[in-house]
Amino acid sequence: MTAPALLVRNLRKRYGDVLAVDGLDLEVRPGECFGLLGPNGAGKTTTIEICEGLTAPDEGEVVVLGIRWSGDARELRERLGIQLQETQLAEKLTVGETLRLFRSFYRRGRSVDEVIALVQLEEKVKARVGTLSGGQKQRLALGCALVGNPELVFLDEPTTGLDPQARRQVWDLVEQLKATGRTILLTTHYMEEAERLCDRVAIVDHGHVIALGTPRQLVAGLGADQIVFFSVADGGDGAGGPDGAGARLSRETLHRIGSAVGATQPPRATDGGWELMVAATHEAIPALLAELERQSLPLSELRTHLPTLEDVFVSLTGRALRDG
Amino acid sequence: MADHNPSADRVRPAIVELTLVRLREFVREPEAMFWVFGFPLLLALGLGIAFRNRPPESIPVGVLGSAPAEIAASLEQGRNLTVERMADESAAAQALRTGDVALIVAADSAGGVEYRFDPSRPEAAIARLAADEAIQRGAGRRDPLAVREATVSERGSRYIDFFIPGLLGLNLMGSGVWSIGFAVVTARKQKLLKRLVATPMSRSQYLMSFLLSRLFFLVLEVAVLVGFGALVFDVPVRGSFVTLAVVCLVAALTFSAIGLLVSSRAQTVEAVSGLANLVMLPMWIFSGVFFSSANFPKVIQPFIQALPLTATVDALRAHMLRGASLASLSGELLLLAAWLVVPFVVALRIFRWR
Repeated sequence: MTAPALLVRNLRKRYGDVLAVDGLDLEVRPGECFGLLGPNGAGKTTTIEICEGLTAPDEGEVVVLGIRWSGDARELRERLGIQLQETQLAEKLTVGETLRLFRSFYRRGRSVDEVIALVQLEEKVKARVGTLSGGQKQRLALGCALVGNPELVFLDEPTTGLDPQARRQVWDLVEQLKATGRTILLTTHYMEEAERLCDRVAIVDHGHVIALGTPRQLVAGLGADQIVFFSVADGGDGAGGPDGAGARLSRETLHRIGSAVGATQPPRATDGGWELMVAATHEAIPALLAELERQSLPLSELRTHLPTLEDVFVSLTGRALRDG
Repeated sequence: MADHNPSADRVRPAIVELTLVRLREFVREPEAMFWVFGFPLLLALGLGIAFRNRPPESIPVGVLGSAPAEIAASLEQGRNLTVERMADESAAAQALRTGDVALIVAADSAGGVEYRFDPSRPEAAIARLAADEAIQRGAGRRDPLAVREATVSERGSRYIDFFIPGLLGLNLMGSGVWSIGFAVVTARKQKLLKRLVATPMSRSQYLMSFLLSRLFFLVLEVAVLVGFGALVFDVPVRGSFVTLAVVCLVAALTFSAIGLLVSSRAQTVEAVSGLANLVMLPMWIFSGVFFSSANFPKVIQPFIQALPLTATVDALRAHMLRGASLASLSGELLLLAAWLVVPFVVALRIFRWR
């Protein structure tokens, strides 16, 4: 096997009382798009900034393209493309001026015109950065990351705060990058983004990796064919269920329902109803309906969806990604 | 994407691009242009008009109605005196207190005159002398010696001549500290500094670009102010242009380095403004921009002389008004060089990039 593009061993970083990164390990292979998926505050940004050589870890080892940050950092920076989460580029400069500035920092790289075409800002070359939309600014930030023709690209939450159309444009751009064989490490708290873009995903929570694999492997690890959501109308038997809309069910009732349908995990309360992870939908749904009938619980809603990384995160942590 | 043609790229060196960015950001900020160029000109114009050379103004003097008529008549003959007759004691006291008159002349019981005035007011002392001379002459005093007067008004001795070099020094300080302080802190606040150090950019080139861009504007600033002084007020430039260029260059680099130091840690524009004011305020007051620093007590003179703006203003005055040579300004230049090197080195060490 070839040497990893990025190797992280037992990384730790503390900010005051907060242990932002707590013994995190990563190995990113050359040419893959690797995702760090986790809620806000999971330690993704701290981890990626340590990998980028912008933050010093308290403990642990980071090897980027075979080089440590204590080595020739300038030479290493020539080979990296970085997009930070919060950077605001100078508003008074134009798109073209900004890219020419960033290009001048690299000994080798791509032509500015080529990068402008790649990020589809041809019509905005002479526009001031301050007049760009959020999506255009983000594509310019990506352009600045790509102008040095990097081998390894770090993208920290590349689509956070963008509208759906702008997000899709950024995704297209990342997919083009993948197609050219570049290694990409991106962080995100959008599971659709990780599922669509990443070859492998590490799910991060409280500063360490709690699951690692391809999106397909992670989802398959749930052992669920479908996620079944149901809720019942009033007439339920009391405490123990979710607040809000719909009736509440006792733990005992839920347990009976769970075993009746052959759920792989205990039913989980969500959005005024319950989610069941089931291995065989065609058997589970009749069983669910029969059990509710038997307990005289009137069904008010029934939906199913294919399991996603969101469900993986929920089953690992008991929390939803967007809850943070 | 992988194949690219290096010859198709016309890439300028980073230091050039960085300096161009500084220049572009400056000229695209109309407010900054006004404070650097417009404001000093307005200040010079205003003060030049306020302190233009005029014949001495006459000083108002009050005479109490009870005083003999010949005293008032003698005062009318006095040099640069305007005589006002006061109805009674209370009106006279009121006029003196409010400064409507500088001096009250009253008759005293022994047949002489009494002068009432506040000796801490300069024009009161002059009025006392002029009034006494007029009254004594009116009473028959004759001068034992014959006196002849020859008046001169020379370029270089007027207030505007004193003020233009001071204003130039003030401008070099202000534009150096403000332009760099705001630009650095804004870039830090927007996380742009952090983004820049994530590239292979050389950090010292980034800081150097601030000094270089200052040099470009320096030429304009000096030309505008010195040219304005020469054209509008006929302010002399008696030394050589090379000396002027060297003094301005060293001073501009010095204040840029101080600007970098001021902005090396600050996270907000408010913080850097406060710090910049704290650093510059003593120099506004003590460095002799608006009036001679010799007016301050001897005890604090060593402190005043150690300030970079004092050295700048002294060197500029010596050069413009007295035609001082470069060699004779080496003391000031050395002091400025120390103020350039120490803050720059400290700024480089403590600079916060994120």
